[in-house]
Amino acid sequence: MHMADALISPAVAGTMYACSGLAAAYSIKKVRLETDLKKTPVMGVMGAFVFAAQMINFTIPGTGSSGHLCGGVLLTALLGPYASFLTMIGVLLIQCLLFADGGLLALGANIWNMAFYGCFFGYFLIWRPVMKKNPGRGKILCASVLGSMLTLQMGAFSVTLETLASGITDLPFSIFAAAMQPIHLAIGFAEGLITAAVLVFIYESRPEILMNITAEKTANRLTLRRTLAALGILSLLIGGGLSLFASSRPDGLEWSIARVTGSTELEVEASAPHEAAGSLQETTSLLPDYAFKGSDSSLGTSFSGVVGSLMVLGLCVSGCCAFKFFRHPKQREAK
Amino acid sequence: MSKLDRALYEIHQMDILADRDQWLNRIHPLVKLIVTASFLAVTLSFHKYNFTGLLRMGVYPITLFILGDVSFSDALKRFRIVLPLVCFVGLFNPVFDRQPVTAFGSFVVTAGMVSMATLMLKGVYSVLAAYLLIASTSIEKICYALRLIHIPAVFVTQILLTYRYISLLLEEAGRITDAYALRAPNQKGIHFKVWGSLAGQLLLRSMDRADAVYQSMVLRGYRGEFYYGAKTVFRTKDIAYLIIWSVLFLLLKII
Repeated sequence: MHMADALISPAVAGTMYACSGLAAAYSIKKVRLETDLKKTPVMGVMGAFVFAAQMINFTIPGTGSSGHLCGGVLLTALLGPYASFLTMIGVLLIQCLLFADGGLLALGANIWNMAFYGCFFGYFLIWRPVMKKNPGRGKILCASVLGSMLTLQMGAFSVTLETLASGITDLPFSIFAAAMQPIHLAIGFAEGLITAAVLVFIYESRPEILMNITAEKTANRLTLRRTLAALGILSLLIGGGLSLFASSRPDGLEWSIARVTGSTELEVEASAPHEAAGSLQETTSLLPDYAFKGSDSSLGTSFSGVVGSLMVLGLCVSGCCAFKFFRHPKQREAK
Repeated sequence: MSKLDRALYEIHQMDILADRDQWLNRIHPLVKLIVTASFLAVTLSFHKYNFTGLLRMGVYPITLFILGDVSFSDALKRFRIVLPLVCFVGLFNPVFDRQPVTAFGSFVVTAGMVSMATLMLKGVYSVLAAYLLIASTSIEKICYALRLIHIPAVFVTQILLTYRYISLLLEEAGRITDAYALRAPNQKGIHFKVWGSLAGQLLLRSMDRADAVYQSMVLRGYRGEFYYGAKTVFRTKDIAYLIIWSVLFLLLKII
C-alpha cells in the first residue's frame, strides 16, 4: 500500500506531511514524558524486527499465496500508540530510501495511511478496549484481526482519496475504491491472523511485554472451556429469546431488490433446474422462514434460533475435529 | 536469492555506494536533502498533460548519474516495487480520457495517453531522485541533517538504531527461515501452525537484544542523545550546488 511520489500532488503531499508531522510531534512529546531512556533502543530494535519479520513469507492456508504480519498493530500492542507510531515512521523512511518502497514526497501520506491508523486507531479503538478486562488468546486474536482489517481499510481508503485529490488519475472514485477496498479486506484478515499468532505466542511466553496486560489480569484469565460455555449460553439466549424481537423489515439485499423491482423477491422463469432445486429445498427445510411448517407461532422462531445455534456449533466442532484443531494436552506434550 | 538475502545485499550495496569518496558524496547532506525535496516538489507540480515540460526535468538525474558515477542499471531494479501501482493507476487514463490531442499518421494520441506517460515519467524521476540521494548519502548523514533542522533526538536516534539493527535481524531471520526450510523441504513459506512460534522467537530475541543494546549504550555514556562525530560545515561549493539547482528547477518550471 506504499504510495509512490507519482501518485500524489505537492499540495496533497504537503498536507499529509503536516498531518503526520503533527501526530509525530505529539507522539515525541508523549514519549519524552516517559523518562525511560531504554524506550529509544527498544523502539529502534523493534523497528528492525518489523522490517525483518515483514520479509518472511507466511503461507496462507487454502489460497496458495503468502502474507506478512501487520507492523502497526503488532507494534502498538508491544510499545503503545506513541512509541509505535515513531517506530513505524522510521521503518517507512528506511523502506522508502533504501528499497524505493514508497516515495520521499509521499512519505507523509504513507505515514498517515500505514502508521497513523495502525498505531492510533489500532490501539485506542481496538487493542485497549478489547484488552481492558480478562485478556486472553481469543481476545488477542479478535483484536489483531479486527485491528488489521479496520486499519488497512482506512489506509486503502485514504490512498484512494489522496490519489483522487491529487488529480493524478481519471479513474472514477467508485471504481478505484471498489478495486482497493475488497483486496485490502482480504489482506487485512490474513495479516491479522499472522499478527495474532505472534502476539498469542508472546502472551503465552512473556505476557508482561504486551500493552494493557498485567500479571493481575492474566491471573484470572478465562479458560477455553469457560469461554466456550459463556459463548454457548449467550448464543442460546440470543437464538431462543432475542430472536423474537428480530425486525420483520427486509434485509439489505431484499431492500435493494424491492427498490428496483417493487417486490422483495424476484420472479423466476420456470425451468427444470430451478424447480428441482426448489423442491429439494422444500424437502430439506424443516423450519421454513425460521418457523414451524404451516404455523406462525413465535415458539417456532425461538426453536429455530436454538436449533440453528446448536447445528452451527456442531458443524464447527466437527470441522475443528476433522482438521485436528483440538488436541488433548497430553497429545500436545507428546508431540 | 531469497527476499531476505536480496534485502541484505541491497543494504550492503547502498552502504558501499554512500561510503565512496566522490564529489557528490562530499556535498553537505542537508543540501542534498533540500535539493532532492525541491526536485520532487517541482517535478510533481507539472500538469498531467505537460509531458514535454516534464521531460526537461530529466537533466537533474542524468547530470548526477554521469558526474556522480552511479550505475543506472542498479537504479532500474528499484522500479519493480514502484511501477506496478503507478501503472495500475495510469493505465486507466487512456480508457477514461479519449480527447484527441495530436495524430501521427493514422495513430491518434489522446489526452489520456499523455497523462499516463506523464504519470509514469514522474514515477521514474521520483525513484531516481531518492536513489541518487541514498547512493551518495549514508543514513547516518541523513540523520545528521535531520538533527540540523531540529528534528528531535529521540526520533532520529531510533531511526539510526532501526537501520543499524536491520542487517542483524535480517541475518537472524534468514537463519531461522533457512533452518525451517531444511526441516520442511518442498514447502513454500511458513506453515500456519508455526506462524506464532517462528516470528515470536525472533521477537523475544530482539527484545532481549534491545535490553543488551541499552545496557551497552549506557556503559558508553548514552544519556538520550546520539553523537555523530565531527561536524560537517557548509562550504562554498555546497551553497553553489544548492543555488544552481534551485535556480535551474525554477527556470525549467517557468519555461
